[in-house]
Amino acid sequence: MEHLRRSWWLVGLGVAVLVVVVLAPLASADPDGLEAVAASLGFLERGQEQPYSIIPDYAVPGIDDPSASTIVAGLVGVGLVFLLMVGLGWLLARRRRA
Amino acid sequence: MSAFTKGSIGVGDGVEALHAPDGFLSFPMAAVMWLITLLVLAYAVRQTNRTLDDRAIPLMGVMAAFIFAAQMFNFQVIGGTSGHLLGGVLAAVLLGPWAGTLVMACVIAVQGLVFQDGGLVVMGANIFNMGIIGTLGGYACYRALCRLFGGEQRARIPAAGIAAWAAVVVASLAAAVELALSGTTDLSLALLAMGGVHGVIGIGEALITMAALGFIQATRPDLFALRDARTRLGSTAPAAAAA
Repeated sequence: MEHLRRSWWLVGLGVAVLVVVVLAPLASADPDGLEAVAASLGFLERGQEQPYSIIPDYAVPGIDDPSASTIVAGLVGVGLVFLLMVGLGWLLARRRRA
Repeated sequence: MSAFTKGSIGVGDGVEALHAPDGFLSFPMAAVMWLITLLVLAYAVRQTNRTLDDRAIPLMGVMAAFIFAAQMFNFQVIGGTSGHLLGGVLAAVLLGPWAGTLVMACVIAVQGLVFQDGGLVVMGANIFNMGIIGTLGGYACYRALCRLFGGEQRARIPAAGIAAWAAVVVASLAAAVELALSGTTDLSLALLAMGGVHGVIGIGEALITMAALGFIQATRPDLFALRDARTRLGSTAPAAAAA
């Protein structure tokens, strides 16, 4: 239990992973708020594509199964933002101590 | 492929691109929003540098991870429309408004840069609407509601729920104003349409925010103290020195 308390951030990360694995493949494919408004007010066509693409639409290119593709994309994103944020926090803390 | 140019709305498998793509805002509007966003983020970095407790660093990472994951889950709302969590109030209640803003900016930047979700030119506006207005405004609303309801200890979860709803609606109205100022669409139509649909999506935001805070309350209530840990230290130090 004490071990669990000290590594609570692993539990938090676990919740995020669970959301990606269980919920993300079940996401509604209907247009979201902005997209629905853009369609109904007639400015959806103004949207431009980005000049490059890495993991477009949360699907990893080359993984054919849509659920697997979504899950892998989600795990990449979860890991990436976690590391970026911890890195930024560490940098800010180090600057303060210096 | 972006859902916005393919005309494949609602028929794609999995998660679609959701944030505003380039082209929705005029270039001057997008540039002004980038400028405002960069100024606020620079201030947020300074504030976080001054007030962040070291023990809150892993929590920043976890919040970013959870918000990224939750934003992939589009829940169904009325009339063939979906919505997803923004998460600004959740992040601000746990980390404070400035660290919370940085978490939101990080998530939106990664979504735009790596997942082609949201344009690069309009990223300043996307960060402002979803990461700054919702987080700073939502947090101010949360604090006001806590005072109104007799203190944060008692009112935390309901206050966060109401603030989360308000944050989504205000963020959507900000986007409507930017769209109208860009000449993309009519102001009153945009305000009505954006406010209307996000008034419903905001209920989902409120429920997820309250559930997440309820989970922390039940399992690790001490995490709520991290937000003010260092601020409190700083504010008591001069008094102690004077005594």
